[in-house]
Amino acid sequence: MEKQFLIAGFGGQGVLLIGQLIAKAAMKQDYEVSWMPSYGPEMRGGEANCAVVVSDEPIGSPLVSEPPVLIAMNKPSLNKFMPMMPAGGVLLYNSSLIEDPELREDITVIPVPCNEIAEKLQNARTANMVMLGAIRQATDVVTEDSLIATLQDWLGEKKAHMLDINKQAIAEGAAVVNA
Amino acid sequence: MKKLMKGNEAIAEAAIQAGCRFFFGYPITPQNQIPEYMSKRMPEVGGCFLQSESEVAAINMVYGAGGAGARVMTSSSSPGISLKQEGISYIVGAEVPCVIVNMVRGGPGLGSIQPAQSDYYQSTRGGGHGDYRMCVLAPSSVQEAVDLTQEAFDIADRYRNPVMVLGDGLIGQMMEPVDMDLCKDRKPAEDLTEKTWAATGHVPTEEAPRAIINSLYIQPDVLEKHCQKLQAKYDAIEAAECRWQEEETEDAEIVIVAYGTTSRICRSAMRKLRQEGIRVGMIRPITLWPFPEAAIRSTLKTARQYLCVEMSMGQMIDDVRLAVNGERPVDFYGRTGGMVPTVTEIVDKVKAMYDNDDLHKAEKAFNDTVGAVGNAFNKLGQKIEKAVNNPELEQKAENFRKQASDVANRAASGLAKGMDAMASTLGKAFSSIFGGAQPEEPKSTETVDTPAENNEGGEQ
Repeated sequence: MEKQFLIAGFGGQGVLLIGQLIAKAAMKQDYEVSWMPSYGPEMRGGEANCAVVVSDEPIGSPLVSEPPVLIAMNKPSLNKFMPMMPAGGVLLYNSSLIEDPELREDITVIPVPCNEIAEKLQNARTANMVMLGAIRQATDVVTEDSLIATLQDWLGEKKAHMLDINKQAIAEGAAVVNA
Repeated sequence: MKKLMKGNEAIAEAAIQAGCRFFFGYPITPQNQIPEYMSKRMPEVGGCFLQSESEVAAINMVYGAGGAGARVMTSSSSPGISLKQEGISYIVGAEVPCVIVNMVRGGPGLGSIQPAQSDYYQSTRGGGHGDYRMCVLAPSSVQEAVDLTQEAFDIADRYRNPVMVLGDGLIGQMMEPVDMDLCKDRKPAEDLTEKTWAATGHVPTEEAPRAIINSLYIQPDVLEKHCQKLQAKYDAIEAAECRWQEEETEDAEIVIVAYGTTSRICRSAMRKLRQEGIRVGMIRPITLWPFPEAAIRSTLKTARQYLCVEMSMGQMIDDVRLAVNGERPVDFYGRTGGMVPTVTEIVDKVKAMYDNDDLHKAEKAFNDTVGAVGNAFNKLGQKIEKAVNNPELEQKAENFRKQASDVANRAASGLAKGMDAMASTLGKAFSSIFGGAQPEEPKSTETVDTPAENNEGGEQ
């Protein structure tokens, strides 16, 4: 079993965090994991992406050049990476920010209105958690328990009060996939 | 417990756990998390972090702290390492142990900030002047970066020589699980003795005479003796410190040689190629100097070709060629300037090498020939049937049938002999691949020299 993810958006959308939480949750489940960010002259509003590989054997390349699962949080990321996907891949895209995309027909497409849901939850900053919930539901890469436990570790005591709203966002994201 | 850590941060923590208490550096991407982490951690352990005014200053501070016997480290990336070369040469000359981390980025010049392996020559051949060598450790994962950083301090102390940890932007920026508990409070290796040579301001004694840290030997005969003494150390390093990893080399027909990041990508490519039945293996040098020449030579018994993969225009390939010493072809695949090769690129390269091998060309020719002969017989059969079923040619048909059967018999006999010949040739080829293994002899004992008979069959 090896699952590869490419998670892309603009700086500030929390795409690197989505990847880190997946990697940490998978590590909790004793999988081999790697997390590789795009790095360089990045800034808020610039491009940001990370590659995550989860496997039950030692990971070869930590890079994902043909993403079987692509998460696109904004339109430039969709346009840039969708053509690299293999046929049969899974695309989750942020339908709040990507209007009328031209989508390939040989892949599975799951639109997730991340920002709309986050606004409904009255916390716009949880948009990435909505996507995280959708990814978990669609790919089953980690268990719900280990994801929530990871989130709890990450928030720590200082931000423990943020756990509920983030859990809610994750649940809403999962519901989109189930619908 | 395992922790998800960036390569750079893991290296910094590993150094501290190995007793490094001095860090001098100057910022440069993609290794900035090392000084950043050190600036926070060093004060916590009572050590010294200093951001110097330049790389040249940093390496000379390393010279000073190392000369006083401390465990000391500096880190930089390619252009910064170039600036440190003068200091490195002095440090080697003065026999001062220290650890230097290079998170390589694309060059030459200021180049790019993305991962590269184009500093291989600089690190293994001596980027500075003079007769010197430096042990170079090349990790391919975050865990290995931790382990090798700690070992680097031991190797440096053991031989009183700088040791370089050579990563790249990817190793530095990537996060992977590491077990930091395993490397906590790591004590120096047991064989290491007290640094009685260190300039600590001590009162000279018989065991610890007056310490002089110096690389100037103005008399040539004295310098020559010094260089011979250094050479003896390099010989000892070559004998004792060479490290490498072998993967699926037991039956490998194509052996990949790759280190660090590229070895990871090659590993993924190998899995795909093995699934397709191509016997490919890999030697991953962990020490780039000393280079695992013997390990590469030990694969000669099965290897028909070698492929060196690097993120450069081809530097380590020189060492692979020296190891193989002209006995097998050595091919190269590389990306450079900060570009990283993909799994598909390496798979395609290996497949092309496989198809281009004379042995596999012969295999293909054999299969094609068998197919073509089959087709020819099929056509002949159709013609015969047509002729036989033509009432006007009934009289001739009987003769024709006899003739045709004769042709078929002789052709079949010729073909069988031809196939024996091919089988024998292939058998020999396979036996050369498998070395000691018993080759399968073709069952027929007939001589294989049958072109005349083949022609005879074909003439009819």
